[in-house]
Amino acid sequence: MKKLLMTGVAFATLAGATFTTAPVALAEDTMFVPSLSYRTGPFASGGTPLANGFADYFNMLNARDGGIGGVKIVVEECETGYNAQKGVECYESTKGKGALVYNPYSTGITLQLIPKAPVDKIPVLSMGYGLSAAAIGEKFPWTFTYPTSYWSQLSSILKYIDANGGLKGKKVGFIYLDVGYGKEPIPLLEQLAKDQGFEVAKFPVGVKEMQNQGSQWLNVRKERPDYMIMWGWGAMNATAVKEAAKIKYPLDQFIGNWWAGAHADLRSVGEAGKGYKAANFSGVGTDFPALQDVIKHVVDKGGSQVASKDLVGDVLYNRGLFNSVLIAEGIRAAQEKTGKKVITGADLRDGFELFDLSEARLKELGLEGFTAPIKGSCKDHEGAGSVFIQQWDGKDWVKISDPIAPDTAVVRPLLEAAAEKYLSDKPEWKTQTCS
Amino acid sequence: MFYREVGQFKTNYTADSQVFPILQDKVGIIAMLVIAYVIIPMAGNDFFITTVMIPFLVFTLATIGLNILVGYTGQLSLGTGAFMGVGAYSCYKLTTFFPDVNIIILVLLSGFFAAGVGIIFGLPSLRIKGFYLAVTTLAAQFFLEWAFIRIPWLYNYNDSGAIEVPQREGFGVILTGAAAQPVTRYLVVLSIVLVMTWIASNIIRGRIGRSWMMIRDMDIAAELMGVRPLYAKLSAFAVSSFYCGVAGAMFVFFWLGAAEVESFDINHSFLFLFMAIIGGLGSLIGCYMGAAFIWILPIIIRALPEALGLDVNAATVEHINFMMIGGMIIFFLIVEPHGLARLWQIAKEKLRTWPFPYS
Repeated sequence: MKKLLMTGVAFATLAGATFTTAPVALAEDTMFVPSLSYRTGPFASGGTPLANGFADYFNMLNARDGGIGGVKIVVEECETGYNAQKGVECYESTKGKGALVYNPYSTGITLQLIPKAPVDKIPVLSMGYGLSAAAIGEKFPWTFTYPTSYWSQLSSILKYIDANGGLKGKKVGFIYLDVGYGKEPIPLLEQLAKDQGFEVAKFPVGVKEMQNQGSQWLNVRKERPDYMIMWGWGAMNATAVKEAAKIKYPLDQFIGNWWAGAHADLRSVGEAGKGYKAANFSGVGTDFPALQDVIKHVVDKGGSQVASKDLVGDVLYNRGLFNSVLIAEGIRAAQEKTGKKVITGADLRDGFELFDLSEARLKELGLEGFTAPIKGSCKDHEGAGSVFIQQWDGKDWVKISDPIAPDTAVVRPLLEAAAEKYLSDKPEWKTQTCS
Repeated sequence: MFYREVGQFKTNYTADSQVFPILQDKVGIIAMLVIAYVIIPMAGNDFFITTVMIPFLVFTLATIGLNILVGYTGQLSLGTGAFMGVGAYSCYKLTTFFPDVNIIILVLLSGFFAAGVGIIFGLPSLRIKGFYLAVTTLAAQFFLEWAFIRIPWLYNYNDSGAIEVPQREGFGVILTGAAAQPVTRYLVVLSIVLVMTWIASNIIRGRIGRSWMMIRDMDIAAELMGVRPLYAKLSAFAVSSFYCGVAGAMFVFFWLGAAEVESFDINHSFLFLFMAIIGGLGSLIGCYMGAAFIWILPIIIRALPEALGLDVNAATVEHINFMMIGGMIIFFLIVEPHGLARLWQIAKEKLRTWPFPYS
């Protein structure tokens, strides 16, 4: 009996705990930015540096400048494990705390948050992932894909190939993770193949066979594509590069997208991966004053979760940091526009359409040459940012190209068509008109 | 003392064979219904309703579906996730074709598609048993997952490959989509789950349910006594898949809002099997308990450090969570291998004689 009572009491305490987590009113002088991170699960190797860079930049701003416009930023992590259900749980549990913006870091979670954003008045910043069509600002007022979308990126990569060997009459192999993320750019690839006269061979890699790509690369050997493009993530990337090296595929003709070119992927491949290329839009290394400040104010003082100081400046760390830079710029623009110190999600949405990350501004921020300039706009929610190509030299990534602008003329109409299609079965969807 | 039925006389057969013959049970059920229908919609915040209650109810229904197959008919299945997917994708297609039909009707209709697929994959059960049957249901899981990716017609050729829930109205209110109020969605899910639980309990108490249990306990004896295994097993597969299908449709339409194939993967099949086993095989109340244990407990553990004012990393909490849930599953299965439902039954028996136990 006693045991039963004890269990009962224990359960009651636990049940009580759920009710006490009701939204807590924040103090006047902070702004809340949730971080949907994944430090656990199959994609933790990518999620951990992203979450570190994301948090460290805001913590640096808090320590160095006392926040943004005198208001400190509170970053709170919620663990999603790259799982869409947990992502929604995180969203529901943090939105009541006055969340300014969501950065889902997963296309699956992004798709679920896109329809929620206009209802809850919290913008979604899916930085270089998620739904490409969200780049059309008139159709998706609450979703942003700065600095560029998957489709624009693909056009940049194809441009790079065209400039370094030509595309016409060639065969391009496309190896991709067989989920929504990997399939996203296929419509554009097929369209461009028609327009520019090259052939496409597709090699899907299932999530379960990420680390066992023998059969796909056997097909690559049969098909003999002139170039390979990869849309991979997590364990898939390292395996693909290893397999490519094994069949002696020329690695300098193998280009990954910006999620397939991180230190975490290539460190385990090492020398064998020499020559492999990948797209990127956030600078590599720590040779930027802003990153030095992060090291000085956060990492050296033990305020960061990075396992070692060497990991600061990794591709994905800088990616997460760049995400924070965009949010910080959006917040600044919103503060300027509204004159308020503490802004809301709706204000930040306006801020995302107003900020101007020019060369001069990047220099001011201590990020000269970190990325190509981006300007927020009402019409264009992807910013048409450029990507550069980096190459693995066996030990580290080296930037080998200038920023390559996307082929907006080709991509934009396709994006508009895709946006139309997305909205076609949603008569209640609210669009906006841009002056 | 609390559970004594002294003085409650039954004077006819109907009264004697009620689902809840004891007054205390009736009071308890009414109290729970009041909590579920009045107090939670009024007092619960959005987070509690959308993240705790709706998925809990949906998972309960899926577990009931699985329990019909595993607990009552004794046919081990690993295809629950895929059967839920059939329900979700067919509901999505149905609402594409008939956008003006009340979505609740479509959710229930989509159960029939799942039932049809369930019957097809249940056919091997007539020849194979036990673990071998589990392998054929595993085949169903893999085949259907493949179909959800490879047949773009199923997701209306969306570039993302995901099904996205459109806004649908019924009875003059918005029922699905992001604009639907959490309370509305909760009440719809609650009503469907309760009605379907009631139907399940009646099927199980009746002729069909008894034939399932006979097949479970000894199929040869059941056959000799006139139960036709073909009908018994296939009806179990059909009813089970129907429940899973409806659960799958509600899973996407009333909770997630958008789903890729990963929402119906093998891990979910295992999850529901765990819920059924921990709750108690062959028990409907066990389905509720199992779903609550597996779904609500981790949320509580996740919220605990913050509620206590401790500053712990999100990832650390997640690791602790995995360990605690794993440990508790083992603990409960050692203490009571027949699941939480059996534990509740023991508690009731103890309460009957408390505070003066005579044995």
